[in-house]
Amino acid sequence: MTEFIQHLINGLSVGSMYALIAIGYTLVFGVLQLINFAHGEIFMLGAFVGMYSALFFGFGQTSSLLGLFLVLTLSMLVCAGVGYVIERFAYRPLRKAPRINVLITAVGVSMFLQFTGQLFFGSDPKFFPQIYSPAGYWSVGSVQLNPLQFFVLGISLCLMMALHRLVFHTRMGRAMRAVSFNHDLASLMGIPTNRVISYTFMVGSALAGAAGVLVGLTYPKIEPLMGVMPGLKAFVAVVLGGVGSILGAVVGSLILGLAEEFVVGYWAPTYRDALSFGILILILLIKPRGLFGKIQIEKV
Amino acid sequence: MKRCAICFLSVFLSLFFSCTQKSSTNQNEIVIGEVGSMTGSEATFGVATHRGIELAVSQINAKGGIKGKTLRVISLDDQGKPDEAATATMRLITQNKVIAILGEVASSRSIAMAPIAQTHKVPMISPSSTNPKVTEIGSHIFRVCFIDPFQGSVMAQFAKDSLKLDKVAILRDVRNDYSVGLADYFTKTFTAKKGKIVLDQSYSAGDIDFKSQLTAIRAQKPQAIFVPGYYTEVGLIARQAKELGIKVPLLGGDGWDSPKLTEIAGSAIHGSYFSNHYSTEDQALHVQAFIKDFKDAYGVTPDGLAALGYDAAKVLAAALERASELNSEEITRAIAQTSNFQGVTGNITIDANRNTVKSAVVLKVAATGFKYLETIRP
Repeated sequence: MTEFIQHLINGLSVGSMYALIAIGYTLVFGVLQLINFAHGEIFMLGAFVGMYSALFFGFGQTSSLLGLFLVLTLSMLVCAGVGYVIERFAYRPLRKAPRINVLITAVGVSMFLQFTGQLFFGSDPKFFPQIYSPAGYWSVGSVQLNPLQFFVLGISLCLMMALHRLVFHTRMGRAMRAVSFNHDLASLMGIPTNRVISYTFMVGSALAGAAGVLVGLTYPKIEPLMGVMPGLKAFVAVVLGGVGSILGAVVGSLILGLAEEFVVGYWAPTYRDALSFGILILILLIKPRGLFGKIQIEKV
Repeated sequence: MKRCAICFLSVFLSLFFSCTQKSSTNQNEIVIGEVGSMTGSEATFGVATHRGIELAVSQINAKGGIKGKTLRVISLDDQGKPDEAATATMRLITQNKVIAILGEVASSRSIAMAPIAQTHKVPMISPSSTNPKVTEIGSHIFRVCFIDPFQGSVMAQFAKDSLKLDKVAILRDVRNDYSVGLADYFTKTFTAKKGKIVLDQSYSAGDIDFKSQLTAIRAQKPQAIFVPGYYTEVGLIARQAKELGIKVPLLGGDGWDSPKLTEIAGSAIHGSYFSNHYSTEDQALHVQAFIKDFKDAYGVTPDGLAALGYDAAKVLAAALERASELNSEEITRAIAQTSNFQGVTGNITIDANRNTVKSAVVLKVAATGFKYLETIRP
């Protein structure tokens, strides 16, 4: 029983990591109908910005909450900037091009960032400084909890709530929803669509940057290719939850995290990745819109 | 646009020609090749080995070289990827015309390189690939380290006889020939000694979350966990084991030997044990001289891989000196005849299977570094 509960907690913590990446993914898709494959690389960039800024300011020797928030903010800002640049120079010129061109560009941007990362950061794994490390572990019976995991989960939840507020309770959010509903109609209504799209990209990238720092904190080994697998897994979670739905992305990520955990814990560890992509295939076959996906009528 | 293209083309062509000119061999030098993971997730393996080789070569050249010629090493990076290692080997042989190759550390990459060296009949010495398959590939492939059946049994002996453990769990890297081999040989020796493997779990290189495997292992209450992986993953595994409240020591092989291990794992790895090729606490004169020279040159203490790189280069140089002629056949024969060569990592005698039989040391990870515990002889 304790083993089961421990697996449950581990699965939720892995799932919340996927969720942080997945909500940015799904946000961008909702507005642009573009699967931004470079999202995982922005996540990687966020981790490296976090590492270098922590080293620069000399955090990591002692555990400091203030330091973490500073690093987190900085990394989110830089990633938002990078997100803006990517959107402005890689995707905006293709706004009127067929969908497949943009998709291929997204793959290109992703590879560009991976290999630029290897060039600048070096491809050997780096140690992520422990900016904030709560002392000791909580144990309930023989179930061990790492307070850091709860802390990371807490920050993730706060970010998700902030995002929800942004999308559903602000003017910009309304504009984002309008653009996602119908791009051309929104621009006829006087909504500056290009600005809204840039803004969405920046928010999505900032979330990926935050995820990079938080994942670096919990799994302190970062490298330029670290975004590939989590990026793909977050993509699976997004499809599972329904592309474009924020709630769907969170639920999809948690389900994926738990499923992976139980496969490894009770069955065969080597099937972890096979399971994730098996889920992707199943969902695409049975329920292509995902769990929370809206039914869209293809307009002719 | 067109002018731009012509510009690019001319730059590329000039680069190409300058490269080909540089690679043409000088009459007064002997060119050997080296393939290593200078970057990538096992970068410290490649860099340490390269430094060891570089030190050996500079010492040889300072003493007048080989047969009056200077020794030159062309080093190529394989980024830790087997396919890159194969490409690099091909390039060294066909383009740079090297007469012998040193490399690789990781068995998976040596296994990718060896068939190419064998077909072109270029002798290859692996400094530290311990998987038995490496030298089985052919008559031109050698190594100067012990092999996994021995290394696995060393840790099993140590666990059973010195630590007096009966129940051990295994966590192996299924994508790594080295790790799978070690885990298998550990299991064989440990069960033969009436020990029990309570659970055999696995992961894939590149994973960052191991908590599910560790939770399953924790439920079986082992007295130690054998993790024959490479340092990056082992560091995270140690950290997560501590988070889950697992207090038993981890056991491992020479893949742990990197300063990054303690950097990533922090205090979580203290009190764990691994087998290695040599200890810096060995007081023999030639070992201490090597450590001093290495520190003077690079400012860091050499790890086991640096020592093996040094030994591999020295063994090759001695063979080149002995060879009656500098052709493939004579060099291969000379390497095969290496006997009782005094290396930093022990006395090196190449046996009929082109392997080296040497003793291993068991080190304990402590806050102050890797501490020598005992030597286990084959």
